[in-house]
Amino acid sequence: MANQSVLGLYENADSAAEGARNLREVGFTSDDYEVMTGNPYPEGAFGEHVKKNKLFRFSLFGAFIGFITAFLFVFATQTAFPLVTGGKPILAIPASMIIMYEFTLLVAMIFTVIGVIFESRLPRPGGAGPLYDARITLGYIGLLVTVDESRIGNAQQALQSGGAEEVINEPA
Amino acid sequence: MRDRPVLTASQINDELLWPVFELRRRHVLAFLPPFILVMAGAVAVTILIWQGLWVTGLNRPAFWGFFIVNFVFWIGVSHAGTMISSILRLTQAEWKRPITRAAEVMTVFALVTSLIHPVIHAGRPWRIVYWLLPYDFTRGVWPDVRSPLVWDPVAITTYLTGSILFVFTALIPDFAIIRDQSTGMRRTIYGALAMGWRGTPRQWQLQGIFGILMSALILPVFVSVHSIVSWDFAASVVPAWHVTVYAPYFVIGAVHSGVSMVLTLMAFMRWIFKLENFIWEDHFDAVGRLLIFIATAWLFFFFLDFAFSFYTREEQEIAVMERRLLEWPFNAITIIMVMTSYVIPIPLWLNRKVRRNIALMFWTSILVNIGMWLERFFLIIPAIERKQELTFLWANYVPSLTESVIVLASFGMVAMLLIIFAKLVPLVPAWEQKEGQVFRSEVQIGEVTVPAIVRESEEPRAW
Repeated sequence: MANQSVLGLYENADSAAEGARNLREVGFTSDDYEVMTGNPYPEGAFGEHVKKNKLFRFSLFGAFIGFITAFLFVFATQTAFPLVTGGKPILAIPASMIIMYEFTLLVAMIFTVIGVIFESRLPRPGGAGPLYDARITLGYIGLLVTVDESRIGNAQQALQSGGAEEVINEPA
Repeated sequence: MRDRPVLTASQINDELLWPVFELRRRHVLAFLPPFILVMAGAVAVTILIWQGLWVTGLNRPAFWGFFIVNFVFWIGVSHAGTMISSILRLTQAEWKRPITRAAEVMTVFALVTSLIHPVIHAGRPWRIVYWLLPYDFTRGVWPDVRSPLVWDPVAITTYLTGSILFVFTALIPDFAIIRDQSTGMRRTIYGALAMGWRGTPRQWQLQGIFGILMSALILPVFVSVHSIVSWDFAASVVPAWHVTVYAPYFVIGAVHSGVSMVLTLMAFMRWIFKLENFIWEDHFDAVGRLLIFIATAWLFFFFLDFAFSFYTREEQEIAVMERRLLEWPFNAITIIMVMTSYVIPIPLWLNRKVRRNIALMFWTSILVNIGMWLERFFLIIPAIERKQELTFLWANYVPSLTESVIVLASFGMVAMLLIIFAKLVPLVPAWEQKEGQVFRSEVQIGEVTVPAIVRESEEPRAW
């Protein structure tokens, strides 16, 4: 059976938490609904479960790539332009370390941003989605339930009884 | 501590986003003076490129003049922006909320402005392309790829890229607010920038971690960049430039001028964009207290620079110091620098009433930046105008009108870019203000009720 979505819009955090509690009481799990807010709330405020992210791996991988790239870059340029200055060695470690340090951090930062975007599941094709409501950035809290068609009625009822200001169904 | 005003999400949107949706007279009036300065600067740069470097005051042996002084000054200013924002994020200081974005954006614009200077300084900017492409030894050019001048662009590019990414990623939730409040073409553009942001717990959690992780990554870059700028000088053979303390001296000088510039910017934002509900006297008080420490640390390094030079008892080192302290016009510059960077502002800042007086804080922060600009002049010019054996021409550096106009235009450029930015996105992060309202609380202690901030423990973590 095809999945369908329904959005409950709440004016404040207490009623949204009530709506989420109702959903869980009628048998929905925290994986069945998604919370949408205009600002951060403490984790678990609506009984949701946030899966662990792997952002740190992106930063570490970026740092490694940056270091290797810089190492090859300084090695290549110094051997390509073998100018002896003041009797110092062609492959100068102190001069190279600065470049390697900067490259390591540069690529780590770039990969961190890529990681944030990827782990945030962005960019979303088609924008915020058909059931996103602009009132969310005005302080409303949205509970988006995505379940199979047979359970959508239960979800609507649970959202409504929690004090939702509006319950919006997915357009056909 | 002043009571935090209770604002709804909708009020926060209205108060922070009006410059994006409306064009008020004060916005235009604030834009015009910097725009005129930038236009004057554009004319001066055109004259310089058309006529050549002879229109500047550069002459043997002083080939580094106003452009390099101003380059170092703006690099310095750029530093404190991201530094103050990163330190406040890492320490989870509550008063960071209205300051972080403006400070980060100031970093970006100050860096962009500073980067223009070496290009202009080259005289024939198009020739920089030869510097970027691989050299051909058959043309008799032997580049030193280990030169400190190679470290500089690498460090600055890293810092600029990191700062832009920092600003952009933290802007995504605010792009979504503007997307939701607008229609037509504006909605399409901000929708594309928001990338489909919906404000899910996972997205907020990653925003929180990103702020802390990126701060930890960019702080070492911040320290390295100004150290490397100092090594441009310290790795040369010019007397008085290779003092061991040059790197920390440059970094602390950068922090002093940059944090003062943040103060100037805070007052400017509060007046132009009517941010009284977000930037309070408490913020000026806190930054003022921080500056007392920074300025004193800077003064310590200022004396250390002299101490190290005199301790060597090298004739040429002492000659430069003598020039800085006793010869006109450098003696006057030294006096004005110490007065404006330390002697005048610090006793004032020790007074709580002054720290909470926004107009006074604004003017004293400008004084500090006058002093810190002169400090760069004081460090660079007397040393490079060296009078020593085998220097066959001892011309003094006298800056020309063209150079002076370009220096003034650089200030206009940073101000103009900030005003344009404020027309496109809120200078105070709207989502962080809303978060502050969620964590806002009051505690009853005895018979008084005091404002408090609720903070989560490590587990569960804030999104």
